Amino acid sequence: MASITLKNIVKKYDDGFPAVNNVSLDIADGEFVILVGPSGCGKSTLLRMIVGLEDITSGELQINGRRMNEAAPKDRNLAMVFQNYALYPHLTVYENIAFPLRLAKDANGGGSVDEKVQRAAKMLELTEHLDRKPANLSGGQRQRVAMGRAIVREADAFLFDEPLSNLDAKLRGQMRAEIAQLQRSLGVTSVYVTHDQTEAMTLGDRVAVLKKGILQQVASPRELYEQPVNLFVAGFIGSPSMNFLPATITEGSGGTVLSTPIGDIPIPADRAAVAQGKDLVLVGVRPEFFEDATLVDEAKMPKGSVFTAELSHLEWLGHEQYGYIEFEPDEKVRRLLSDLAADMDADELRPQVVTTLSAESRVRPGRPVELWVDTSRIHIFDPESGENLTRDAEAGAELTRMAAEERERELAAARERDAQKA
Amino acid sequence: MSTETLTPEEAEGQRRARRAKRNTSIGWWVITIVVAVWCLFPVASILATSFKTPGELSNGKFLPDNPSTSNYEEILVGDSQELFLSALWNSIGISIIATLIAVVLATLCAYAIARLDFPGKKIVLTVSLMVSMFPVISLVTPLFNLWRSIGLYDTWPGLIIPYLSLTLPIAIWTLAAFFQQIPWELEQAAQVDGATPLQAFRKVIVPLAAPGVFTTAIIAFFIAWNDFVYGISLTSTEAARPVPAALAFFTGASQFESPTGAISAAAIIVTIPVVLLVMLFQKQIVAGLTSGAVKG
Ligand SMILES: Nc1ncnc2c1ncn2[C@@H]1O[C@H](COP(=O)(O)OP(=O)(O)OP(=O)(O)O)[C@@H](O)[C@H]1O
Ligand SMILES: [Mg+2]
Repeated sequence: MASITLKNIVKKYDDGFPAVNNVSLDIADGEFVILVGPSGCGKSTLLRMIVGLEDITSGELQINGRRMNEAAPKDRNLAMVFQNYALYPHLTVYENIAFPLRLAKDANGGGSVDEKVQRAAKMLELTEHLDRKPANLSGGQRQRVAMGRAIVREADAFLFDEPLSNLDAKLRGQMRAEIAQLQRSLGVTSVYVTHDQTEAMTLGDRVAVLKKGILQQVASPRELYEQPVNLFVAGFIGSPSMNFLPATITEGSGGTVLSTPIGDIPIPADRAAVAQGKDLVLVGVRPEFFEDATLVDEAKMPKGSVFTAELSHLEWLGHEQYGYIEFEPDEKVRRLLSDLAADMDADELRPQVVTTLSAESRVRPGRPVELWVDTSRIHIFDPESGENLTRDAEAGAELTRMAAEERERELAAARERDAQKA
Repeated sequence: MSTETLTPEEAEGQRRARRAKRNTSIGWWVITIVVAVWCLFPVASILATSFKTPGELSNGKFLPDNPSTSNYEEILVGDSQELFLSALWNSIGISIIATLIAVVLATLCAYAIARLDFPGKKIVLTVSLMVSMFPVISLVTPLFNLWRSIGLYDTWPGLIIPYLSLTLPIAIWTLAAFFQQIPWELEQAAQVDGATPLQAFRKVIVPLAAPGVFTTAIIAFFIAWNDFVYGISLTSTEAARPVPAALAFFTGASQFESPTGAISAAAIIVTIPVVLLVMLFQKQIVAGLTSGAVKG
């Protein structure tokens, strides 16, 4: 059990490349923290610094409040599951799992090596494969061996580097659930690197979003989704991702109106107030904020507003459908959007709006349709700095606080279960 | 799986699959046998000859009429004993020393090539390849003169050094290729698992590298063991003359007998260590031991 504290961590590689820049992060005991970000943003580097495989250029790493910058990997007592498993090919599954125990010998108190290996193997359903060599195992089994090697030891924390990235979708889902359960039942501090949206959202107590080595926001998945600090986080979290529309704010006869390329959207005056004095803003609208106006509840209707647009095409998926609205941005906005796409390591952001509509909607592409948009949840971003002008920090903090309470409850429940079993 | 539970179609399918499998394996057997006969016939011929008496040597038959061990007696306890046994001792000693030195040096060199980034890495590899391509025969004469003037002629070091020029390049190349395949992240994984750098090297890297080192050692040993040109040119007495060269100095029991039988017997004896080595280390020579360490 351990808390991990990063204080202004900087990593400059030998060739001068600043891979991690001034990252500060507090990871509480028993917490499950996810590191996400586009490829090359420094996630692995950060993890390797925590575990001691990479020198820290400046800043301080503390484990349980003790400075650990200079400690050798073996003295940090952390277990890591490598991105490529890194199993020992000359050892059987049993010996792979037993490897850390054999090294520690008497350092690990209580229980024989065999007992511990058998227990880990049972938990990971590897019992019948214990005598086999890693080369003869399937990808998922290898991954479980790697997990086994990590959990068999009473490590202070688990570090996972994209452990599921090479598995197929089904196995990934299964392993994701297993990891979540395992972490809760062991209650061990965990840091998990991924660039899979689903893993980030479902596994993490808190998610840290990195961009080019700079920490953007650390918060519960809900807060990241609902109260992102800037354009990057807003665009990176969520799939399909948030739509960004250039807009000018005009005071019309019917109140404040956002004039966007897809139509004029009336918004509450208090939402618009933050954009005072800016001639151009970016409006962030998640696809599910849209709905076919004819299908919206009477009760819900006043929370948003209705505008008319034309869908260019429609994808019906059964449980919902995606409607696309294309628009022509001007040069400046186009550049802004493509920069953002490059940052997020995404494909070129097409100048189009994705809307998620109910499956029963009968709207047809190529004709003007009435769409309702939930204006109470849209965000307005400063196009220059990318800052979220409408972020409600308090509401966000509340969401994260709730997630923390939830975690406490789950950990307590897990401890109770353990106590009952023992 | 029991046949009773299969429907006729399934049984037929299985039979067909088995037949197809048998056909391919028959093909393999034919090829294997052809190759084996091709390679082993000369050996078998020498083996048969080694049991012939001098009188039978030119009777045109493959097998000896009444096998005798006289040739072996001749070289092991008889007249040629001194010549053969000292040559055997020279061959073993010189080859082992040359192999050991080559493997130790090549391991260090290949480790550096596989692990470190240093200027001139390419040059090291290219130069060693060039050395191995140099025709041996063009080196012999200058070496002969040089060795005579500095006193290495007809000594063990006088052979070990030129043997290194044969064994080192191939050892460096094989080992470098082998080391490049070792997943070095394993070393880091071991350290995270609680090993000191030295433990990580000993418990993870050494076992993975060992097969490569073994294979290289065996190849190097064979090269040194089989050499003839250096052996015959740079030695003059039993002090350093290795077996392949010594064979040429065998004489028959009398002046009028040809030494073919004795030479055959000696050839069989020197083949034995080679066969033994391969059989003993067959397991170590298998490639692909590193598979399964990392994904993809
Ligand atoms: N040994 C190195 N020397 C120099 N630069 C490096 C080294 N290792 C990584 N980098 C650079 O540091 C940056 C961060 O690398 P890192 O491996 O941490 O990315 P990542 O976030 O894990 O990406 P991915 O999601 O693709 O695994 C990259 O831009 C990379 O080019
Ligand atoms: Mg990585």
